[in-house]
Amino acid sequence: MPLLEVKNLHVEVGGKKILDGLTLTIEKGQVAAIMGPNGSGKSTLAYVLAGKEDYVVTEGDVKLDSQSILELAPDERAAKGLFLAFQYPVEVPGVATMTFLRTALNAQRKARGESEYSTPQFIKLVNETAGKLGINQEMLRRAVNVGFSGGEKKRNEILQMAVLQPRIAVLDETDSGLDIDALKIVADGVNRLRSPERSMMVITHYQRLLNYIVPDAVHVLARGRVVKSGGKELALELDASGYAQFADEAA
Amino acid sequence: MNVDVRSSKTDAEKVLARAFAATRDKLPGKGAVAALREDAFKRFDVRGLPHRRIEEWKYTDLRALMREAKPLADPAGTKPKDVGIAPVANRIDATLVTIVNGRYEPSWGNSDVSDPRITLAELFKFLAENPEYKLGQTPGSDDTALSLNTALMTGGVALRVKKGTSAKKPIHIAHVFFGDAAAAVYPRSLVIVEPNAQLTVIESYCGPQGLDYQVNAALELVIGDGAQVTHIKIGCDGDQALRVSSLGVTVGGEANYKDFAFTLGGAVVRNQTFVRFSGEGTVGLIDGASLLRGKQHVDNTLVVNHAAGGCFSRERFKSVLDDESHAIFQGKIIVEPHAQKTDAKMMTRALILSDEAEADNKPELEIFADDVQCGHGATAGPLDKTLKFYLMSRGIPENEAEALLIRAFIGEVVEDVAHEALREAIMVAALEWLGNGP
Repeated sequence: MPLLEVKNLHVEVGGKKILDGLTLTIEKGQVAAIMGPNGSGKSTLAYVLAGKEDYVVTEGDVKLDSQSILELAPDERAAKGLFLAFQYPVEVPGVATMTFLRTALNAQRKARGESEYSTPQFIKLVNETAGKLGINQEMLRRAVNVGFSGGEKKRNEILQMAVLQPRIAVLDETDSGLDIDALKIVADGVNRLRSPERSMMVITHYQRLLNYIVPDAVHVLARGRVVKSGGKELALELDASGYAQFADEAA
Repeated sequence: MNVDVRSSKTDAEKVLARAFAATRDKLPGKGAVAALREDAFKRFDVRGLPHRRIEEWKYTDLRALMREAKPLADPAGTKPKDVGIAPVANRIDATLVTIVNGRYEPSWGNSDVSDPRITLAELFKFLAENPEYKLGQTPGSDDTALSLNTALMTGGVALRVKKGTSAKKPIHIAHVFFGDAAAAVYPRSLVIVEPNAQLTVIESYCGPQGLDYQVNAALELVIGDGAQVTHIKIGCDGDQALRVSSLGVTVGGEANYKDFAFTLGGAVVRNQTFVRFSGEGTVGLIDGASLLRGKQHVDNTLVVNHAAGGCFSRERFKSVLDDESHAIFQGKIIVEPHAQKTDAKMMTRALILSDEAEADNKPELEIFADDVQCGHGATAGPLDKTLKFYLMSRGIPENEAEALLIRAFIGEVVEDVAHEALREAIMVAALEWLGNGP
């Protein structure tokens, strides 16, 4: 059963067409890798799914549980279970990580008509998850991402994902800027969240990440649309042959 | 020197001159104080109200903003049920020193003068009994608005904390305007913190809504060697009020001086702070936060003079502006030729929530020593869209995301207010302010 359906999606940013009829389906419980060369529209897809301003959908639709989400504000999409792990996580000076997580979790729960977490419940949840990701108390007390290293910021994204428990997680180049040890920690964190109830869209330029997060499906993006789909072996093929073939095909 | 001799006086200036002529003999203080008044009035009379061509007053043209000079306020009389202390500071556990309509009214507060470590007295009584202390010894005395205060000052307190001691409680000097008719008040106070003594002093301003009363207040703060002093100014004036409040500070060596100015109310507010570091090895942290809406005009002007070497100072001023409000920050750091190893940095940021609001930032450095570390930074702009999107993408609704970001913006300076209850009260006031927003 499809959880996320992207149908013939056309998106412009600043008058420039970036997505050009992108169609893609992610099944419930599926981990789908989105691969493609720079400029193919991978990050645009991530942002447009999350509802970023200035990304104008000119045609097509995006459905979550068979319902269009394009008219929803970013917070409403989040409450419906969509989560974007940012390629470049933002520093939020003055907002402690704990406050941020708690505000976000309770806002989502409130929007869904669920009860808010109590303080002890919440602290227990965060501490357990943070421990597994190697995020210490000191980092939780600090302002969100402020003064964090690249690896710490990525781990913090995964922490947020683990606390918010989304139904579909979009991981935008979560591997970029990570050394191999950090990559393993992040991948372990992601793998722990794999579940038959949760889907993931793993956006990456390189096959390397997919050694650790093994996908159920691989889609290749070029010039704003999906040009090839296949199983996990497609990622290995791409690693050997590169993206040049798709650039030519699309041109 | 910005001397501007003019042949014609504004109506307000004429009223002020008449007020001085009529009251000079009745105003408190004889001898040195009376001479100081005469001098100060001459200075004011020559220059008139400061206006936009005076660089220090460029953005706060008092000649235009103060078309009318209100008559001197009468003493307040009997204590009412509700004294009307600034709400942000009225629940703080402090020795409450009330200055009502520019005069010390001990019966309105709870000034406990039994603390042997402090001397607390009516200003002019104190000066008469302790001739070794004089007014006008702190920087800024030459400023025209401060000169007007000196000419017309009606009362206030003198507070002295004895060498090596610490006042039992923070001292809250609460200025209240009381009455139904608009009038002008000229309170003046002197705070002396002797060497190695400690003090937290809160200076607050409050008055009725809908009344265009005028406040020209001044506080002199003399900080001895090794003393630790926190001064917090809370401005909660009525929405039609005009307030100029001057603060002159001299800081000795190896001292620790923290200052925070929080401004919430008033139609026109000018906080002007003049600091001189006169001994080596002192740390000074001077912060401010202002929240403006409607047509509010809030000017924080700061002159920090490093007159001795090896001092460390940080200045951070933040403002949040909505509607058609206007915030000004002028900050000048002066490093005198012999003040080597000075480390001084100044930062000002304005968060602009409306297209009609205006923020002017004017940082200046005047460095005459060669072995120093000095810098300044200024930013002004709307809420960061990227930050807002990040918060919203986690499920936080737009209005909550904005509130969280504004709170964080202000929080960066409020968090460093060491007095916990006051810090929380300031944050609560800021949140209430946000809640009342559009």
